[in-house]
Amino acid sequence: MPVKLPAPSFELTHHRLDNGLRVLVAPDRSAPVVGIAVLYDVGFRSEPEGRTGFAHLFEHLMFQGSVNLEKLAHFRYVESSGGSFNGSTHFDYTNYFEALPSNALERGLFLEADRMRGPRITEENLANQLEVVKNEIRVNVMNAPYGGFPWIYLPSVLFDSFANSHNGYGGFEDLESATTDDAKDFFKRYYAPGNAVLAIGGDVDVDDALELVEKHFGAIKKRSVPKRPNFGEPALDGERRATHDDPHAPLPAVAVGYRVPDPVNQLDDVLAAVLLTEVLTDGDASRLQRRLVQRDHLVTDVSAYLGEFGDPFDERDPTALTISAHYPDQSALDRILTAVDEELDRVATDGLDKGELDRVRTRVVSVSLRELDAVMNRTLELAKFELLHGRGELLEELPARFAEVGEDAVRAAAAALQPDRRAVLELIAGGGAEQ
Amino acid sequence: MSAALAVPALTEPRAARKLSSTETVLDNGLRVIAVRKPGIPIVEVRLRLPFLSAKAKHPAQAMVLAEALLTGAAGRDRSELAAAIQGLGGDLHASVDADRLVVSGNVLATNLRKLLNVVGDLVTEPSYAAADVETERDRLVEKLTIMRARPSVVAAEALATRMWGDHPYAVDLAQPQDVAAVTPGQLKALHKAMVRPGAGVLVLVGDLPPGRMIAAAEAALAGWTGAAPRPRVPALPAAPGGPLLIVHRRGSVQSSFRFGGAALTRTDPDYPALQLANLVFGGYFTSRWTENLREDKGYTYGPHSRIDHHALGSSLTLSVEVATPVTAPSYLETLYELGRLATLPVTETEVASVQQYAIGSLALSTATQAGLASTLSALSAFGLGLDWVTGHPARLLAVSVDQIAEAAARFFAPTAFTSVVVGDADAIAAPLAALGAVER
Repeated sequence: MPVKLPAPSFELTHHRLDNGLRVLVAPDRSAPVVGIAVLYDVGFRSEPEGRTGFAHLFEHLMFQGSVNLEKLAHFRYVESSGGSFNGSTHFDYTNYFEALPSNALERGLFLEADRMRGPRITEENLANQLEVVKNEIRVNVMNAPYGGFPWIYLPSVLFDSFANSHNGYGGFEDLESATTDDAKDFFKRYYAPGNAVLAIGGDVDVDDALELVEKHFGAIKKRSVPKRPNFGEPALDGERRATHDDPHAPLPAVAVGYRVPDPVNQLDDVLAAVLLTEVLTDGDASRLQRRLVQRDHLVTDVSAYLGEFGDPFDERDPTALTISAHYPDQSALDRILTAVDEELDRVATDGLDKGELDRVRTRVVSVSLRELDAVMNRTLELAKFELLHGRGELLEELPARFAEVGEDAVRAAAAALQPDRRAVLELIAGGGAEQ
Repeated sequence: MSAALAVPALTEPRAARKLSSTETVLDNGLRVIAVRKPGIPIVEVRLRLPFLSAKAKHPAQAMVLAEALLTGAAGRDRSELAAAIQGLGGDLHASVDADRLVVSGNVLATNLRKLLNVVGDLVTEPSYAAADVETERDRLVEKLTIMRARPSVVAAEALATRMWGDHPYAVDLAQPQDVAAVTPGQLKALHKAMVRPGAGVLVLVGDLPPGRMIAAAEAALAGWTGAAPRPRVPALPAAPGGPLLIVHRRGSVQSSFRFGGAALTRTDPDYPALQLANLVFGGYFTSRWTENLREDKGYTYGPHSRIDHHALGSSLTLSVEVATPVTAPSYLETLYELGRLATLPVTETEVASVQQYAIGSLALSTATQAGLASTLSALSAFGLGLDWVTGHPARLLAVSVDQIAEAAARFFAPTAFTSVVVGDADAIAAPLAALGAVER
């Protein structure tokens, strides 16, 4: 008998405009705040060769004014309404969102509709945001120890195609060669209403919200929607190894990546892999914390996760399971890898301890419930499940799906992580006592 | 080209629901604040204990104590403890700074009582077993090495040293050699002396009746005793100002500026005006500093200014990371924006914008159980509570343009700041020296 786990419930309403825009409304009248999220079905993977980082640079351009709004107007309207905003670019999608007091709902919808009509792509805005993006990369990657490790670098070892393996932040040379024509083409191709999901969560009446959506988004012209290529790659047939030099890192680090099943079409396998990562590294009772940190004193910290950014549901096929660690002694890498293999083998061969699976899945569900408390996160999650999995409802169903995962499935997930199927990226620490 | 569409007006705001809240002081002196916040079936837990001390070895011992607190209690080892907490759908961790030790966590609401029992075990019967202390000590030395490789940490340490001199606030992170010398006996003594309920505050926020949460706390923590510690700590010195300190960091492709100054406490009548002045300067995206340095010049990904409230006083910190070749121009623009705010009035439009943003961001940050719990825990250290949160919008709306100008003149003058920059000194020193006094 599996443990009883609480599940969220969102009273979802779906709607589709004539121009193809998919709309999702999840009312919650408990606090006077709303979340608005627009997700476009384009991410790093769809960047053309020679234009690494372009999807993210383009995301910045979507904040630089639109058909009816000058530069800076978007920020000023959101913040002077008491709200906050952001956007982010992922492997398979790009999101734009606002959290607002509920009396700013119509204003927020207008702002999103206006940039879906078209951003103001000018030479001046492009030149300005090119510098901003380069500074974003400097602060997060080039000037930071472990910057971009491993998400920028591991895909180039684990995957083969340009789409899956390139640096999503982009090289400066590629970013600098981007033109306003590139941006106009990218918008035309990927930012059609039919290629987007709009989600509204929080303090709204469903009928009022849908009426406002029709009013502001309804007149946006329908455009053709690009067919998404299949980016899948077969499992590795031999171990791959590479190194990455980090001039600022004081201690070495390693990231071990494995290709995992298609998260959309083989969801149950992925849920088993999620539970495996928690068995391996979530908290002081987990297998690798006990072995590598507490018993063998080989690593400073270790974490295992699905999805390049640590969210197992953030990507379509292909995606990765990563085990990453910082460690003080550079010569310890092979001992660390051997210990990881032994612990994976123990799970695969001997199974789990009594109560281990239930406590781990109880925590997984409680963590995900907690993340849904904020209306903005909830709205973004619903939009993401609607876009990538085709069903926002999946977010409500996950606790029950986790409850159904059996020990055998977790053992099978561990058994799949064989040494000849992994990519090992070793970070060479060039920092240390500098100053 | 058709006529531009108008941006829709705001509609009538809806008031937030009043939350039910109860506060009590247990017989052992622990204050317990419980707030029912409808929503997900989780309760957020924040136990805050004063941890200020002027003893030289305190920072290292306090940091190791926070790392080792959860490694065993009441006969359970660290793995058994962690498994028990995980099985409740819960989490607990400890963090420490110069002012306080906080044990924070969350748990499925049905398991609150059991999680508080674990907290009770941690505070009354901690193990600090030699092997676990040694493991955590070594890890902490490694973690400190990693932290100090970050330019933001180098800059924060340089600014704290320059601002606070030999005051305990000058030390944010302990030195590795001090950490390496910490013993289990010292941790037990520190725990006994300072992990006491006397001046502590426990905040519980979740979808449960407040009375039930308080009863659970009382049952779990009644056996914990000890009067509040009374550390002798000198008053906070005035920040000295002086030349811009340049700290060299090899291979830096950016320069990290930190400007520190005094600020007002939340209960000062002029605090709302200072809070708004800070937003106008660099506290939100629409701020002057962001619009100038990022959206106009592209010198940075994002500058930010904020007010921090410490037990002994409040401070203002401005932070920005800029590309190395534009370090001096960024400094020039920053001095310009500071001088402009300190000497010229802000506009009515700016005031209306920051008022709405301050009110809205307070509402958003307290709209989740976790956000409300953290906010109430922070406020509790100053004797403030939910009333302060609900009363603050009216205080913000009452601020005038003139009051903001007064606060800005007092706190945002370029001469009011103590400043440091971390970067490639060989490349930035000469251009910076052209703009004002520098020191290497």
